Amino acid sequence: MSKRIDVSGLTAYYGSHKAIDDISMNIEPRTVTAFIGPSGCGKSTFLRTLNRMHEVTPGGRVEGKVLLDDENLYAANIDPVAVRREIGMVFQRPNPFPTMSIFDNVAAGLKLNGSYKKSELTEIVEKSLKGANLWNEVKDRLNKPGSGLSGGQQQRLCIARAIAVEPKVLLMDEPCSALDPISTLAIEDLIGELKERFTIVIVTHNMQQAARVSDRTAFFNLAAVGQPGKLIEIDDTERIFSNPSVQATEDYISGRFG
Amino acid sequence: MDISTQTTDASPPTPQPSVVQQKRNARGATRAGDRVFLGLSRGSGILLLVIMAAIAVFLTYRASLAISKDHGNFLTTFEWNTNLIPPSFGIAVLAFGTVVSSIIAMAIAVPIAVAIALFITHYAPRRIGGLVAYVIDLLAAVPSIVYGLWGGLILVPHMTGLFSWLNDFFGWTGIFSWDGGAPRSMLTVGILLAIMILPVITNVSREVFRQVPQMHEEAALALGATRWEVIRMAVLPFGRSGVISASMLGLGRALGETMAVATVLSPDFDIHASLLNPGGGTFAQNIASKFSEATADGRDALIASGLVLFVITLLVNGAARIIIQRRAEYSGANA
Repeated sequence: MSKRIDVSGLTAYYGSHKAIDDISMNIEPRTVTAFIGPSGCGKSTFLRTLNRMHEVTPGGRVEGKVLLDDENLYAANIDPVAVRREIGMVFQRPNPFPTMSIFDNVAAGLKLNGSYKKSELTEIVEKSLKGANLWNEVKDRLNKPGSGLSGGQQQRLCIARAIAVEPKVLLMDEPCSALDPISTLAIEDLIGELKERFTIVIVTHNMQQAARVSDRTAFFNLAAVGQPGKLIEIDDTERIFSNPSVQATEDYISGRFG
Repeated sequence: MDISTQTTDASPPTPQPSVVQQKRNARGATRAGDRVFLGLSRGSGILLLVIMAAIAVFLTYRASLAISKDHGNFLTTFEWNTNLIPPSFGIAVLAFGTVVSSIIAMAIAVPIAVAIALFITHYAPRRIGGLVAYVIDLLAAVPSIVYGLWGGLILVPHMTGLFSWLNDFFGWTGIFSWDGGAPRSMLTVGILLAIMILPVITNVSREVFRQVPQMHEEAALALGATRWEVIRMAVLPFGRSGVISASMLGLGRALGETMAVATVLSPDFDIHASLLNPGGGTFAQNIASKFSEATADGRDALIASGLVLFVITLLVNGAARIIIQRRAEYSGANA
């Protein structure tokens, strides 16, 4: 069920401002790929082009190709809504729907995709919450509002909501940056389990996190503020952190800038 | 030697403000500006309460004078003869007319206002949305007597088509039967009120919808929601209590609207099942049309009816608050 992503010549704009320039990379299925780089280097923007969320921003526009198992997501006949049902996303700040219960939050995506019987729904919600390592903490209060959970629990609720619709790819945009270390650890463990089932792409500011959770790491950089971000290199995580092939990568991961 | 000169020459140290004093300054209670502002704001608050109490006392006192002289039943009598001896008047017709015309206005205005607000905030290109918002603002600025004149001169003559259509297809319900008289009826009043309260409901709803956090909308989008599904999942639930508050503002205006109703309605003192036949009345309209010719007792009777309107408005607002409170833990405020 997890699929590979091939990006070629991808350039994204905000209005007339070029945010990322000519990025190409391959993302293998059943792996965790981490994006690292200084602020403003376009790694989040690039992530959002992978499920066509970038164009939701006013002025957002994309050139180039993103192939999901040989299907171009930016082809004229592709519906962006359908793309987002295939490629799930978890955001920087936990964003469960405040007006919905825990159960309804997890079921939200399913209800969009079609009609399910109540029993099927209950089953999938339980499976998803278990998959997000949240079931034991919330099983007695599924009808309580999701906004009553702690930040870390809310983020796992958002992960449960994303995986409930069985996406092919899961994009995570700094999923732990608003969380404490214990919750971060819980999410990182979860990422390790989820990669058995999904292709995972994670943006992170935390290089230790990238080293801990990812199989491949991509380093993004920008020449100067206001310049578009570029992909400097992508390689096995071990290699990036021990012996990168570009000097800028080494400077960044050794803390010399950024 | 040295020591002694030092001790004798040393001038007493200039008093430094103690820590306690500094803290008090930081808290601001002792500074002149803060004291003035505190006095002003506290005074305004108290003044408001005093004015409210004074109005309530005045209304209750004058109303009790009138009700004690009322020979009919103040709640159920279908007439308003304050010049008879003994006088006989009741608010049943006015309460019915006020509530019915406001319900019609709300039923028409709220869905349209919410739709316009959604169009401005979530569908229209920015420039067109701004233009529509501007026109709605203009509508809010039109004085109610102008609406009344427009309603009486333009709207009323143009209602005959709708009325005969309603009579043809829904006349059997009784609510929409029409005897062919001038369409100066509750339905016309309701439609005019709907137009009048549309701007305030639209404007408040628009502000609420605009404040829906981006992250909730993106959460829905990332699940593969269409634009309408985003609105249903993230925007409407978040804006629900705000839309209720907006509707209450509109309802308040509809309940109390005077001139527009007075110029459109052809009043009588009876409750009509049909919304299309002329007749009926509202509190505000009745006060406006009777006040100038009323005797002292007649004025007290009108004030008594005003008190009832006041109570109805309070009840409606209380009910709205309960509705909003009941789902407070699910509101966007917890996000």
